[in-house]
Amino acid sequence: MKPVYLDNNATTQVAPEVLEAMLPYFHELYGNPSSMHSFGGQVMKQVRKAREQVAALLGASPAEIIFTSCGSESDNAAIRSTLASYPDKNHIVTSRVEHPAVRALCAHLATHGYRVTELPVDGEGRLDMEQYKRALTSDTAIVSLMWANNETGVIFPIEKAAEMARERRIIFHTDAVQAVGKIPINLADSSIDMLSLSGHKLHAPKGIGVLYLRKGTKFSPFLIGGHQERGRRGGTEATPSIIGLGVAAELAQKKMDIENTFVKGLRDRLEYTILNTVANTKVNGDRDNRLPNTTNISFEFVEGEGILLMMDEFGICASSGSACTSGSLQPSHVLRAMGIPFTMAHGSIRFSLSVYNTDEEMDFVIEKLPPIIDTLRNMSPYWKTGAQLCREA
Amino acid sequence: MWDYTDKVKDHFLNPRNVGEIENPDGVAEVGSIACGDALKFTFKLDENGRIKEAKFKTFGCASAIASASAMTEMIKGMTVEEASKVTNQDIANYLGGLPQEKMHCSVMGREALEQAISNYKGAPVRAEEEKIVCECFGVTEKEIDRAIRENRLTTVEEVTNYTKAGGGCENCHPIIQEIIDRALSQMSETPAERPKLSNIRKIKMIEETLEREIRPALKHDGGDIELVDVVGNRVLVATRGACASCQASDQTLKHFVEAKLRELVLPELVVEEVSA
Repeated sequence: MKPVYLDNNATTQVAPEVLEAMLPYFHELYGNPSSMHSFGGQVMKQVRKAREQVAALLGASPAEIIFTSCGSESDNAAIRSTLASYPDKNHIVTSRVEHPAVRALCAHLATHGYRVTELPVDGEGRLDMEQYKRALTSDTAIVSLMWANNETGVIFPIEKAAEMARERRIIFHTDAVQAVGKIPINLADSSIDMLSLSGHKLHAPKGIGVLYLRKGTKFSPFLIGGHQERGRRGGTEATPSIIGLGVAAELAQKKMDIENTFVKGLRDRLEYTILNTVANTKVNGDRDNRLPNTTNISFEFVEGEGILLMMDEFGICASSGSACTSGSLQPSHVLRAMGIPFTMAHGSIRFSLSVYNTDEEMDFVIEKLPPIIDTLRNMSPYWKTGAQLCREA
Repeated sequence: MWDYTDKVKDHFLNPRNVGEIENPDGVAEVGSIACGDALKFTFKLDENGRIKEAKFKTFGCASAIASASAMTEMIKGMTVEEASKVTNQDIANYLGGLPQEKMHCSVMGREALEQAISNYKGAPVRAEEEKIVCECFGVTEKEIDRAIRENRLTTVEEVTNYTKAGGGCENCHPIIQEIIDRALSQMSETPAERPKLSNIRKIKMIEETLEREIRPALKHDGGDIELVDVVGNRVLVATRGACASCQASDQTLKHFVEAKLRELVLPELVVEEVSA
C-alpha cells in the first residue's frame, strides 16, 4: 500500500533530484573538502556551491551560512552562543508555542540563572505585539520566536518583531524550520540576526541543518573543533547531505509558487470539504496568516489517536495534538497555549502537505475520513445526535 | 507510534459490545473529556445472576477502546462476585499486554466495572468527600493507593502510567510519593497472602534460586548478579561484570531473573536493580 503522506511538517521525502545529486559523494567523490589534494578540493567546490544555493533561498550571503546537523542544533547554538557573548544580560524572550528545541532549552536555562519570558498567544495562535514590546528590556540578551508554527502553520510577524528587537540592540533568532521554502524569506532586508533551518523539512535528508548568522553578529561556537565553517562549527562536513541540501534549496525556490498555489489549493479543498461534511469540526489557528501546506482540524468528541490509527489502516499519514499521541497525558502545548477547549484539543488532527501530493489523494482522504469520525463518535459517550450539534452555529 | 499487540489492534478496530443497555442492572461512568478518556459501562444479569450482556461507550485512545472491549468480553457469563475479582492486570493480560504508559486504560476499565457493580448493589456511585490528590485528572488517594498495591508500583512515574495521577501540572508528585511510601511500608509489614512462606524462608529460596539457576547462566555471558535486599516482594539486586554495563540488562532482569524467581519462589516477586 502506497502511503498517502500528509505529515510533511514531521518530515518530507528526499526529492529524487536531491538523492541523485548526493549519491556520488558517498562512494566516488568521498574526499574531505579540507584536503590539499584535488580529489578533496573538487568536493569543496560543491560544498561552496551548496552554501550559495542555501544563501540564495534565504536572501543571505554564503559566508552567513553555517551547516549544522539539524534544526535543534542550530537553535541550541544560536541561543547558547548569544548568552555566552553577552554575559551581562540574562533575559530570554520566547513564546509558549515554540518547538521543544527552543522551549525545552529555555526551560533548562531558566533553572540555570536565566530569566525566561514565554509570550502567550491568543485563541488563533497570534502574538500580542504590544505585549512583546513590553517584554523587551535592557536586560534582554536574545529573542527567539518561531517563524511558522509546526502544529498549526500560524505565521508570526517575524520581520516586525526583529525590527523591534534591533531598535533595542537585542539579538533576534528565529526557528524558521517550517517556514523556509514555503514562504518567501529575504534576510538581507530584515533585522533578523540568526535563523535555523532543517534539511529534512524541505526534501533534503535528515541530519543536516543550517544556522544563518548575520555578518557582524557576535558568536561563540557551540561545537568546538576544527576550522570548518570558518571555525564556527567544528566537525568534518557532511558532504553528501550538504550538497543535497543545496539542491533542495534551489528546488524550493523554484517551487515556492507551486507551494502557494497548487499545494495551498489542495489544502484548502481538503479543509473546506472536511469542514462541510463532518459536523462539529473547527480549524485551529489564524487562517489568514498560515503556511500554505498546513491545516489543523479538531473533531469534537473523539480522540486523535483513534483517528490516526484508523486512517493508518488506509495508509493515510497525519499527526495529532491529542494527549495520547503526545505521550504526556495532556494535549499539545500549542493547543493548550491557544486555549483550545479539551473537547476539541483531544480530537485535533494536523494534515501537512507537500508538492508531491495529488488531487486524487485529497479525494481519497475526503472519502475515508468522515466514516472514521462517525465510527469513533458512535463509540463516544459524549456524542449525542440531534439538536445539540447546532449549539456552536 | 505505540507498540500495540495485535489483540489490542483487533479490539480497537473491531470493538465488541459497543453501546448502552436499556434498563441495565449496573451502570458506571468514569473519566472525563478533559482528562482525555472516559468510559460509560452498563451490564445486565440473567435469571441465574450471571452477566448476560455488557456494553460500553468510550472516548479515548485505541488502548482505552480496546480495554473496554476486552473487559466486556471477559465478564460475560461471570457472576457479579466473579466479575468483582477482575483486576486491571487481567484486562491488560487479556490483550496480550499494554504499553506501560497506557496501563491507565486498563485501570479505567476495572474502575468502571467496580463502580457498576457497586451501583448494582445499591451503593452510591462514588463515596463523597474522597480526597482528590491529582487535581488535573481528578484522581483520589484511594484510587492511587489501590493501583500501587495491586500492581506493586514503586515510583511516581509508574503511578502516572497506571492512574494518570501526576501527569499534568506535577504539583501532586510529593503527595503521590508519600502515598507510595506509606503503601509500600504497610505492604511489607502486613503478612503476605501466603503465610506458608515466611520472610526468612522466602529470602532463603531467593538466594538458592539465584545461586543455582541464575548466576551460573549470567556468568556464562561474563555477567553476574548480587542480592542486596528483599523488601516485601521487591527483590533488590545489583548487576556485576558484563551485566553492569550491558544495555539489555533491564531485559535480562525482567525476562530472565524475575521470571525464574516468580516461577520457582513466588509469583508476586518484582526484581529491581539498585546501585550497590
